[in-house]
Amino acid sequence: MTQDTRFHHGHATSRQPLLEMTDIEKHFGPVIALAGVSFDIHPGECHCLLGDNGAGKSTFIKTMAGVHKPTHGSIRFEGKEMKFESPRDAMEAGIATVYQDLAMIPLMSVTRNFWMGREPERGRGIFKSMDFKHANEITMEEMRKMGINLRGPDQAVGTLSGGERQTVAIARAVYFGAKVLILDEPTSALGVRQTAKVLATIDKVRSQGIGVVFITHNVRHSMAVGDRFTVLNRGKTLGTAVRDEITAGELQDLMAGGQELVELEGSLGGTV
Amino acid sequence: MTDERLKKTSALRKAMIRPELGALAGVVLVFAFFLIVAGDSGMFAADGIMNWGIVSAQFAIIAVGACLLMIAGEFDLSVGSMIGFAGIIIAILSVQLGWPMWLSIIAAFVVCMSIGALNGILVIKTGLPSFIVTLAFLYILRGMTIFLAVATTRQTIIGGVRDASEGDWIAFIFGGVILKPVFQFLADIGLIDTYVRGTKIGQPVVEGLPMLMVWAIGLIVFGHWLLSRTRFGNWIFASGGDPVAARYVGVPVNRVKITMFVFSAFCATVLATSQVMEFGSAAADRGILKEFEAIICVVIGGALLTGGYGSVVGAALGALIFGVVQQGLFFSGAESSLFRVFLGTILILAVVLNTYIRRMITGER
Repeated sequence: MTQDTRFHHGHATSRQPLLEMTDIEKHFGPVIALAGVSFDIHPGECHCLLGDNGAGKSTFIKTMAGVHKPTHGSIRFEGKEMKFESPRDAMEAGIATVYQDLAMIPLMSVTRNFWMGREPERGRGIFKSMDFKHANEITMEEMRKMGINLRGPDQAVGTLSGGERQTVAIARAVYFGAKVLILDEPTSALGVRQTAKVLATIDKVRSQGIGVVFITHNVRHSMAVGDRFTVLNRGKTLGTAVRDEITAGELQDLMAGGQELVELEGSLGGTV
Repeated sequence: MTDERLKKTSALRKAMIRPELGALAGVVLVFAFFLIVAGDSGMFAADGIMNWGIVSAQFAIIAVGACLLMIAGEFDLSVGSMIGFAGIIIAILSVQLGWPMWLSIIAAFVVCMSIGALNGILVIKTGLPSFIVTLAFLYILRGMTIFLAVATTRQTIIGGVRDASEGDWIAFIFGGVILKPVFQFLADIGLIDTYVRGTKIGQPVVEGLPMLMVWAIGLIVFGHWLLSRTRFGNWIFASGGDPVAARYVGVPVNRVKITMFVFSAFCATVLATSQVMEFGSAAADRGILKEFEAIICVVIGGALLTGGYGSVVGAALGALIFGVVQQGLFFSGAESSLFRVFLGTILILAVVLNTYIRRMITGER
């Protein structure tokens, strides 16, 4: 766990939260996916949302991102009560989401991906066209800032590694003014070095005053960059812990709901 | 940072991943072949060029529509039936009901583009593959075409369109011939043969540039510009590449797809109108198998059947290959049924090549 010390950690808890979600419930027909979850994120912190598969992480972040409307509960963004009708609404407010496998379109160039949905234009009337010169310049520059040297702006995203793709998606969200950045399992499909790269990117983004919501089921990854930790289990929060007040082992137990993993751990020799 | 495990990409390899390259190589091959086999048959004289040029232009018009739609991730199998349908509508409205030609043509465009929109809306709302939805319209439109023709005239061919279109400027836009003085000049200086006997003596064998070709070139230029230079073009790529990812960043995927279905219907109607004006009649069986030929042009042009990748210029080159081969077999005296054999063969080759190129781009193994 040498990564622990490589990152500075945010101390922003005194300020007003950027985004505050209180007592969120979400029902899909007879299924109660979320049964009263509260969560907040401050500027310049990395708040990890942990939970096992099926704990409700996906449903919760999709509620945060405007994909789902909560059945009950309130969402306050910068102190104002919000009702997101679509992901577009959430995005315009400044909540950007980078989904695990849907971040990028591999067959398209980095520039085309970077500007997708927000293409800069020049000219007027029916002759309006995409301003590729400007788009390419910005893309190359933003990629450099994140530590990715592209062969060219027309390089297909498919040629980038998984970690680089996540980084392009994060750079895109930051460039377009995200105040809250939701990262859905950004490290779960990556190798060790790629993971380190993405974690370093998270740290870079946090230092710019952006609130990062880091969803993961990997305790080690969360401990490496997280300032606060919230564990979801069966649609409920099991509380939020501040860094240095909790150990990796305790988080792991909370995620598994305590009991079962203790037994498992015995037979696996503490390797989980 | 550079990755030492990445081999240097050669210029050739870089050129290989341009979607048009395969089609360009095909064009060179096909021209070389027919220059050798049929070089002295008149295929490359002015009237010969016009002959395969028109056929290529016909393919190109529908290929542009099919290309943008395929890159947006959908197919339209109703294109061929729509060509017959649009023609019959124009003929019935103008000849049978006595509407002015310009109004009949506009009506045909409105009806066909609405059906295109219906295709798109059905695909989006039902979530069914466009293959199934437009296959249904392949049958519905063909059936309606024959029914309407027989119900109004007891025939499947409606003539008399030429008289009805006399002096009509919208009819000219589709069936006219431009640049006549230029072609006369070219004939006068001996670059184009002239008729040596009959009533047209002294006139060039090629009268001028048919509007059909002007449409083809115009649609290719427009399609290429739209796809590669505009915001909407980026949305077309995104909608076909990964609709979910596109939606998450705010691309109006449904609108893009429906618009492309309408555009495909527009292209089919352009071809139908031009043909009706050229032949002076509409036939209920016109356009059969055109939907597949359009798709093959697009695939030869380097587009992926799965969407998200392709090129309008490539599709246009695909159309050129088709026109040259179809007419070239005629000029070289080969059995014209061999054209279909050629189609099938080149389709397989193109798909194999495309799959390989796609692997190169995405780095899959």
